Amino acid sequence: MKNKFSLLVVIIFLSFCFSVFYKGLNYSNIYTPNINDKKKISTFEAKDFNSNVYLNSEKIFEEDIFYIVNIWASWCVPCRIEHPLLMELSKNQSIKLIGLNYKDNFDNAKNFINEFGNPYDQIITDNDGTLSIEFGAYGVPETFIIDKNKQILRKIIGPINKEIVEEIKLITK
Amino acid sequence: MKILKIFIIMFLCIGFSYLKSDEKHDDLKNKILKNIRCLICQGQSVYDSESDFASSIKMIVDRKIKEGQQEELIYDFLKEKYGDWIIYDPELNKNTYILWLLPLLLFLLGGAIIYKTIKKKNE
Repeated sequence: MKNKFSLLVVIIFLSFCFSVFYKGLNYSNIYTPNINDKKKISTFEAKDFNSNVYLNSEKIFEEDIFYIVNIWASWCVPCRIEHPLLMELSKNQSIKLIGLNYKDNFDNAKNFINEFGNPYDQIITDNDGTLSIEFGAYGVPETFIIDKNKQILRKIIGPINKEIVEEIKLITK
Repeated sequence: MKILKIFIIMFLCIGFSYLKSDEKHDDLKNKILKNIRCLICQGQSVYDSESDFASSIKMIVDRKIKEGQQEELIYDFLKEKYGDWIIYDPELNKNTYILWLLPLLLFLLGGAIIYKTIKKKNE
């Protein structure tokens, strides 16, 4: 009786371990931060790309409209892929596009904009990468949809695609 | 010559005392950086990583320590931005109860079994 009980306990324990590991097989082992938390953007100071003047975040996001913050760099290949979509988004009057130029060389960034077009209403620079941390970003490209209350509605890690553009249009309607 | 020696000794003393005052700052910085997970090369701490993300975090931590912020405040800032997972040492909350209490329960259970076995043998 006692042996049977021990055997049962061992079987239950092994089944539990098996089910935990089996379930774990389907999970990605690469962590991505929770991207659906609505957080208010922090206040910060950033250098304007063209004028080199320091601007306060309240000044950058002063209008009562939706903002799209896009982190980009001239050396980033996926940024070239998403660029035509950003150009398409820039035609939308109900949003303002803010470009955050991440760890880039000024001349290269300028050439990038001249070559592919400028979709941004304003470009701010992040030479040491600390500004993108204020947004909770950890790579490039990343895009943030910010609502009228200056809350981050959605965060897109990696290049945006057509579905995301449609989603942005729908949200900002 | 004697004056030169005195000058060298004085210079070294001033130099070392400067290092000493900076040591405290570096110790705290290294302690914090070793406890932050790099999100680019996962499995490595920010201290060990050379990624762009890690170098930016190192700058932020350095800046915040210089501003006089406490260790916990720096962790809170990073947790707010990236979630609890960025810290290697998880705090006790509703998501980590099992993580913290299971080893203790297993230890108690093991102890009880050993105690019972020994008692039985003695009888």
